[in-house]
Amino acid sequence: MEQLIKDGRRIDGRKFDELRQIRIEAGVLKRADGSAYMEWGGNKALAAVYGPREARPRHIQNPTRAIVQCRYNMAAFSVSDRKRQGPDRRSVEISKIMSEALEHVVFTEQFPRASIDVYIEVLQADAGTRCTGLTAASVALADAGIPMRDFVSSCAVGKVDGQIVLDLGKQEDNLGDADLPIAIMPRTKEILLLQMDGHLTIEEFNKAVDMGMNACMEIYEMQKEAMRKKYPGD
Amino acid sequence: MMDIEEKHREREIVLPGEFLGENLKPGTGVYNEGKQIYSAVFGVKSVRANMINVIPLGGRYIPKINDCLIGTITEIGPSSWLVDINSPYPALLHVTESPWRVDFGEAAKFLNIGDAVLVKVSSVDETKKVQVTMKDMGLRKITGGRLIEIAPSKIPRLIGKGGSMISMIKKSTKCRIFAGQNGRIWLEGDEPSINTAVTAIKKIENEAHTFGLTDAISKYLEGK
Repeated sequence: MEQLIKDGRRIDGRKFDELRQIRIEAGVLKRADGSAYMEWGGNKALAAVYGPREARPRHIQNPTRAIVQCRYNMAAFSVSDRKRQGPDRRSVEISKIMSEALEHVVFTEQFPRASIDVYIEVLQADAGTRCTGLTAASVALADAGIPMRDFVSSCAVGKVDGQIVLDLGKQEDNLGDADLPIAIMPRTKEILLLQMDGHLTIEEFNKAVDMGMNACMEIYEMQKEAMRKKYPGD
Repeated sequence: MMDIEEKHREREIVLPGEFLGENLKPGTGVYNEGKQIYSAVFGVKSVRANMINVIPLGGRYIPKINDCLIGTITEIGPSSWLVDINSPYPALLHVTESPWRVDFGEAAKFLNIGDAVLVKVSSVDETKKVQVTMKDMGLRKITGGRLIEIAPSKIPRLIGKGGSMISMIKKSTKCRIFAGQNGRIWLEGDEPSINTAVTAIKKIENEAHTFGLTDAISKYLEGK
């Protein structure tokens, strides 16, 4: 088997707690109420937000608050073997957990009966698309002027060759021992999303969560910068 | 004196979750946790008389009682119309709230689908069911002119302090202008002056967060 860590460096030359190159841009789409584009290593994702708008069909409306509907979709050309179009088991699950994460930051009670629709299109996938998508979605929500408690910052942590490392790349994700994506509200550090694939001991898990939280704070700064860039000082 | 005050009132751009201050009164666009106040939206911070507000830079129009709006008819019932008010919530206009005597089932004789109307919000309940009325000064069906849309959050800037900005545009272009709180603006006049007014309005929309906008607009209008 291929060695994923050599001389204290990872396969792509990163340190254990180093993020990949990240770029976020807010307000890239004219027709949507809010939007964001994000590049995270080899990941490329677009997020668009519509609403709050009347929730349709009527039976999905909630008379006390708005619903957040999220659709995570991977483009056919986002992976090396053409991905068959349409929602599959994986993307339905990711859409659901993203809706739930975003629902906790938006002040949904301000918009009874309405729906806030978030569309996430992954144009190119390179491990960690759900973190990329969720981070972009929260920038798009802010861009749409939707009232929310905080941003959502997200990052994955994993274990490769017995070592806890931050922000897994494609090979590390495929060949590694564990993958743990987390999403938090940076101000209060409340966890909005946490999944785990693979095995970690309790010590490893705690270390991974700490590492992920710190990375989320770094990403939070980049999200803020992306929003500020939209309205440069007078 | 005025100048110094203007400079101190800095137009600071804040983001959701950003800490704004303590022991102040929370206004709109903010939320508090105990005494700490945080921004809820992406917008411009403003503190006035201990009250802290964040004026959003975007977002949909949320109906408020007594707001004057421009709506378009989307549905006709036997004794009412449904009005699209550029908001997540459609508004109901009942025939008894119209200026005409409408017989049952003949609502379409007075207002048809696609017609634009000036209306006022008469009630909004807790589930955001909206009712509008046309029984007030100047409320009527709109014919002729041009209808444009800008971000609803920028309407107050277009109107200006005590209507200073909008009256300046009206005076300079000799257009009749009505700005609805829902971001729809109706203009009437000759074609070139409408065009001038529309460019000025778009300029206000794009530069709403900057200082000295009234001067910039007045210079632009003089140049025309």
